[in-house]
Amino acid sequence: MNQEWILCHQQKRVRTLTLNRPEVRNALSNDCLEQLVQQLEQADVDNGTGAVVITGSSRCFAAGADLKELQQQTVATAMTDRRPQLWQRLNNISKPLIAAVNGYALGAGCELVLACDLVICGESARFGLPEITLGLIPGAGGTQRLIRSVGKALAYQMVLTGEAINAQSAQQAGLVSEVCIDELTLERAEQIAQRISKFSPLALRAAKAALKTSQETGLSQGLLAERQQFVALAGTADRQEGITAFLEKRKPIFKGF
Amino acid sequence: MENMSTVLTDIKAGVLSITLNRPECLNSFNEELHQQLSKAMGIAEQDESVRSVLLTGAGRGFCSGQDLNDRNAIISDGLVPDLGQSVERYYNPLIRRMTSLPKPIICAVNGVAAGAGVSLALACDIVIASRTASFIQAFCRIGLTPDSGGSWFLPHKIGHARAMGMALLGDKISADQAQEWGMIWQVAEPDELEEKTQKLAQHLAAQPTVALGCIKQATYAAAANTLEQQLDLERDLQRLCGRSEDFREGVNAFIEKRHPAFKGK
Repeated sequence: MNQEWILCHQQKRVRTLTLNRPEVRNALSNDCLEQLVQQLEQADVDNGTGAVVITGSSRCFAAGADLKELQQQTVATAMTDRRPQLWQRLNNISKPLIAAVNGYALGAGCELVLACDLVICGESARFGLPEITLGLIPGAGGTQRLIRSVGKALAYQMVLTGEAINAQSAQQAGLVSEVCIDELTLERAEQIAQRISKFSPLALRAAKAALKTSQETGLSQGLLAERQQFVALAGTADRQEGITAFLEKRKPIFKGF
Repeated sequence: MENMSTVLTDIKAGVLSITLNRPECLNSFNEELHQQLSKAMGIAEQDESVRSVLLTGAGRGFCSGQDLNDRNAIISDGLVPDLGQSVERYYNPLIRRMTSLPKPIICAVNGVAAGAGVSLALACDIVIASRTASFIQAFCRIGLTPDSGGSWFLPHKIGHARAMGMALLGDKISADQAQEWGMIWQVAEPDELEEKTQKLAQHLAAQPTVALGCIKQATYAAAANTLEQQLDLERDLQRLCGRSEDFREGVNAFIEKRHPAFKGK
């Protein structure tokens, strides 16, 4: 891995990771994904970072996996592929991940978006899972996460036709929370990240874990998990500080314990 | 002038002139014209020296819409044609590109505009028609429905009643009538049309292009947005404009009481 495919930029408590393989439209090769995951893990353990923004270029978020790598795969190598572990590690990041999407987020690019917690996109954004057109299927959560965010009808259509949807449809379907004009997408995502990053890291972690549980269990299990997270925060200094500051009408200063 | 036979292009003083050039059939659309017009739009989009576009037709017509000779072959086959395909492949992308181009497009309607030719003119930002020009929503005459935005532009520009009348009857509307209805910006005498539109295009090419692009975007968005959404969009677009070099220049020129020299950045 001699090439830097992820640019890293820190502003206050927000770390922005930019996919930077313009010559292949930010295709997520194994090495590129590995670099991204490593950067995310570094951010995850960095006390100076509260939230992470992942973005691509103005024309392309990420156009998919590296097809040359996929072409060489056999059943045997697919079974021992390190890629699922990389996605798993990404899934384990405990800090809020915000995707800022302009242009194409296709295949693995779309799956990366789906793996993020919050998605802001520009008007030019296009989301799609074109794997079917290549004789394969999404392999990094595409069929599972998409249907949970956009519902059955649109998920089936997208996975079975391989056709992309535009920013407006993505927002209507619940895949993204805000659509901006392209030039302001990253700025808006970073603005949201800045707001998030000022909150108690423990509360953020608990909130993210509780939200994630909703996708993995039934309602009663989820309510239990939420309650546990809620109770766990009761012992933290940040919780005390948050409530006290509110009552004293001042800004809280969270310390992370 | 670059030699594309059915579409002529020329760049001068920041103005890209696009001339539909099939005068023998009133500049109607066939595959070749579609492809060459698409190339010309590519220049408008990508060439940074281009800051305004002037669209017109060669000869006595502006554009008479789809060339029906191209359709004849399919129909005589006895097969059911898929006209939706040509709309999706050529007309719709063209109209989308024109309306989303962040540079002003001026249309000099030099003669008859019929069918998709009406839509083509109305997809431009400022339309000036020769007094001898006319507009015909001709689709109903051959058993078709307006396309290329024809059923959107007219109700938005001239209102429901007039749009219905034009589309259901397919009558010829004079340039004067079109102006009176607010379908177009101005009418010019036939021998003044070219000079007038050239001047206008050159004026716009020297204006703050970023702001003009934002104005265009906001104006189109207004048709679908609520006031709330539009206020948000205006805020965002103003934020962008405020960062342009031309804004600084505009303010400086105003304070220094001189003419601004905009760069389009």
